[in-house]
Amino acid sequence: MILSTTLEFCIFIYLLIFSFSYFTLHSCCLLYLCFDNAGQFFSSGHTNNWAVLVCTSRFWFNYRHVANTLSVYRSVKRLGIPDSHIVLMLADDMACNHRNPKPATVFSHKNMELNVYGDDVEVDYRGYEVTVENFLRVLTGRLPPSTPRSKRLLSDDRSNILIYLTGHGGNGFLKFQDSEEISNVELADAFEQMWQKRRYNELLFIIDTCQGASMYERFYSPNLMALASSQVGEDSLSHQPDLAIGVHLMDRYTFYLLEFLEDIHPASKTNMNDLFKVCPKSQCVSTPGHRTDLFLRDPGSVLITDFFGSVRKVEITMETINLTDPIKQKPKQKDWHPPDGFILGLWTLILLVFFKLYGMKHLKHIF
Amino acid sequence: MGLLSDPNRRRALISLLTRLNSPICVVCYMAGVAWFMGLAFEPFTLRTYMSENAMGSTMVEERFPAGERALTTGREFSAHKKKAGGMPVDWLVKTMQARGLEVFTQRFSRKLPFPDENKERYMVKGTNVYGILRAPRAPRTEALVLSAPCTPGDSNNQAVGLLLGLAQYFRNQIYWAKDIIFLVNEHDLIGMQAWLEGYHHTNTTGMDWSPLQGRGGSIQAALSLELSSDVITSMDLVLEGLNGQLPNLDLANLFYAFCQKIGVLCTIQGKLQRNDWDSVSGYSHSVQTMMLMVMKQASGRPWGDHGLFLRYHIEAASIKGINSFRQYKTDVTTIGRLLEGMYRKLNNLLEPFGLLLTDYMLILTLLLHLTVVQALDLWVQLATPPPRTEDGITDKEQVRHTYYFRVLSVLTPLVISHLTGVALYTLPIQFQEMAVEQFPVSETEAVVLTAIGVYTAGLALPHNTHRLLSGEGTEQGWRVLKLVAVLYLAVLLGCTALINFSLGFILALTLVPVAAFVTPHVPKVLSAFILVILSPACTLLFSVFFFQELQELPVSFQEGWLLYLSVISQGILDHFLYGSLVYPLIALLVYPCWLLFWNILFWK
Repeated sequence: MILSTTLEFCIFIYLLIFSFSYFTLHSCCLLYLCFDNAGQFFSSGHTNNWAVLVCTSRFWFNYRHVANTLSVYRSVKRLGIPDSHIVLMLADDMACNHRNPKPATVFSHKNMELNVYGDDVEVDYRGYEVTVENFLRVLTGRLPPSTPRSKRLLSDDRSNILIYLTGHGGNGFLKFQDSEEISNVELADAFEQMWQKRRYNELLFIIDTCQGASMYERFYSPNLMALASSQVGEDSLSHQPDLAIGVHLMDRYTFYLLEFLEDIHPASKTNMNDLFKVCPKSQCVSTPGHRTDLFLRDPGSVLITDFFGSVRKVEITMETINLTDPIKQKPKQKDWHPPDGFILGLWTLILLVFFKLYGMKHLKHIF
Repeated sequence: MGLLSDPNRRRALISLLTRLNSPICVVCYMAGVAWFMGLAFEPFTLRTYMSENAMGSTMVEERFPAGERALTTGREFSAHKKKAGGMPVDWLVKTMQARGLEVFTQRFSRKLPFPDENKERYMVKGTNVYGILRAPRAPRTEALVLSAPCTPGDSNNQAVGLLLGLAQYFRNQIYWAKDIIFLVNEHDLIGMQAWLEGYHHTNTTGMDWSPLQGRGGSIQAALSLELSSDVITSMDLVLEGLNGQLPNLDLANLFYAFCQKIGVLCTIQGKLQRNDWDSVSGYSHSVQTMMLMVMKQASGRPWGDHGLFLRYHIEAASIKGINSFRQYKTDVTTIGRLLEGMYRKLNNLLEPFGLLLTDYMLILTLLLHLTVVQALDLWVQLATPPPRTEDGITDKEQVRHTYYFRVLSVLTPLVISHLTGVALYTLPIQFQEMAVEQFPVSETEAVVLTAIGVYTAGLALPHNTHRLLSGEGTEQGWRVLKLVAVLYLAVLLGCTALINFSLGFILALTLVPVAAFVTPHVPKVLSAFILVILSPACTLLFSVFFFQELQELPVSFQEGWLLYLSVISQGILDHFLYGSLVYPLIALLVYPCWLLFWNILFWK
């Protein structure tokens, strides 16, 4: 009898321990998995993505700058950022230019392989609206109240923003529209304003102009990463001369950037270190540069899709979750107040008593 | 005290100036000439540097296929031209309309001041035909012009055929951002002048023309084509226009770049580009090219149909196809491709061509420095007080007396010289009828010989001037006159050089030494001879011979003299027909100036 009870007791203890450990282990596992997914989800700290893509030059022979911007636009859209979150500024209209032998197209590869204009391009700032003032207003958010939403950068402190600039530049400035310039100091100050107003979480700045590296020299706000197509004193060169159209179709750096981005899909795990390797000197002739000292995270842990795409974390599960069981909930506490009719009747009673007491003659004073 | 207000210093400066007068003059002159020759070291070589961003490189794909059809059209044109005995207007209108252009015609007529013996015309009447290819999508604000002249006889048929072939090809393209005007002008320059005046609503030369019914936008660039053979070996680019104007060199560089791309030989001034300007032969070659260009510019004639566009700030050049004895021949399809490429590039132009000012001013200032130095020297001499007389006349009266006398003695030669100039300008044309009645010469010869006669008559003036003036000229008188003349020359040559540098340079080269050395005290016969040699008329005579030498077609004296006479008649005609400024400049300004120096030489 003692043996049977001890046996029972042992079995009971064993079962208890086993179930307990199993339970804890399972919950620990669950907790651990939860933590991993959540960690991944919150590792970058951003919840939405924005892109500001600017082409600053006009005239037909600057076709390649418009093609540059449209290529980045195309990649960014393909990777998930919607038009409502893209501010596209093109200083000139190449697709409908009278000199374009293939109207309504902008090609990025010679022999007309890839038309980056497509049929769903939404240009937010076009032609002469692309000015330094408008660009800075978009960045800092100081737009007149009548500005439509499509022309605003409505980012918050959890937005990752991609800013891409292309055109003609020099040491410390970028030329807008043949008539004005933006300096690197102004740009750095604009980014500081954005930081003060908590308008971004992290910002990636890419510039494809001559001497582009001079534009990010003056940055001083945190969480900025910058890439440029050439160093100070170097020219960024054009690529893809097309004889049928008669102009250069792309710049070298953006051409190779586009090639690199074509291989990225929303689930890619490629990180920024790969982006820094795009277009080495042998292909680009100029030396691309980058700056990461203001960025808090390690570039190796930053995914391309953190900036170029708008990725929602989706976890696929094979479990079935039963949603038909009623979930017992406590009834919601509702504030109680007496019914309306009661209040009305109460006040009528009070008035009647008042007039009964003091006589009807006072009625005419009221009405 | 300042440098110029301190009397001691001033005196020192002045004495320095008077001592070094002649050496400074000589040095300035030599430096000016040397600098000019140094220009030939890297002369008007066509480089591949483009200053206009929109022109870029020759990155277009030329696909013009229809060279043979162009030649057939040319032959048709030639047949119809023979039948019509001039411009086959109806056939041209029909053909251009068949190619989808908007066709218009313009009638013009002009009576020349005297018959033109080179081209054998006197009363000119003609029609221009032009077709406008409208840009498919662009607003009609800008235009390009392609023109081919319709010349009598067998020349330029291929040019018109190619023009029509290109018109058909261009019509099928959609990338034109400017209207293209295809113009066939009759009587070459006269027709072109009528068309341009009609297009721009100006009337500077008194020609009669019917207003243009159709118009494109403002013209950005123009090319004139001359092609008289089915195959060519090289293309010659002609840049010099009216009054020595040149188009923007980007146009020339573009043409050269396309020639290199397509593989056609390109010449300028009829000479090939050479790269060995270090060697002696290379240097002399480039000097020859430069001298040719200078002479052509100085003459002020338009050397191609394009020459008249430059006045309206339209960059234009003439392209001549040359068939010589080289082995490698180029066919019309290739020429068509070259023109297609050029027009494609001109299509990309977004702004008008910039104005390129080459600074030859330094050379001219060096040459003119010595005139200024002379003037200063004279002023100094005049400023020294005259020796007192021993009479009791007060200084004031004497000063006033000499002052008035001085002014009169200067004013008279001035007025008479200019009147002679006016005579030289007006008399030849006015009295040609009378001359023809009196002497057995044709009208052209009458005009030219009257001009030479008036010129030579001016040489006899000093004797007559002095007979008019009572009393004798003083020692001071000729100094004042020389001061005035020297300053006048400096200003005149400076202004001329601004408009037409080559003309200013050649005149400066010959007239400045005259200004320097002439005084009444040099040996009369020798200096009179030198003065005549260096006068504008003789300079022209020598230039004619020199020009023929440079073109490797030397002439004998007889032929040279006849050529000289025809040059004078052409110069006068150019002035009346197209507004060339060389003839009035020489007759009304340079010749009187030279006469002043002649007066000084014979001052008594």
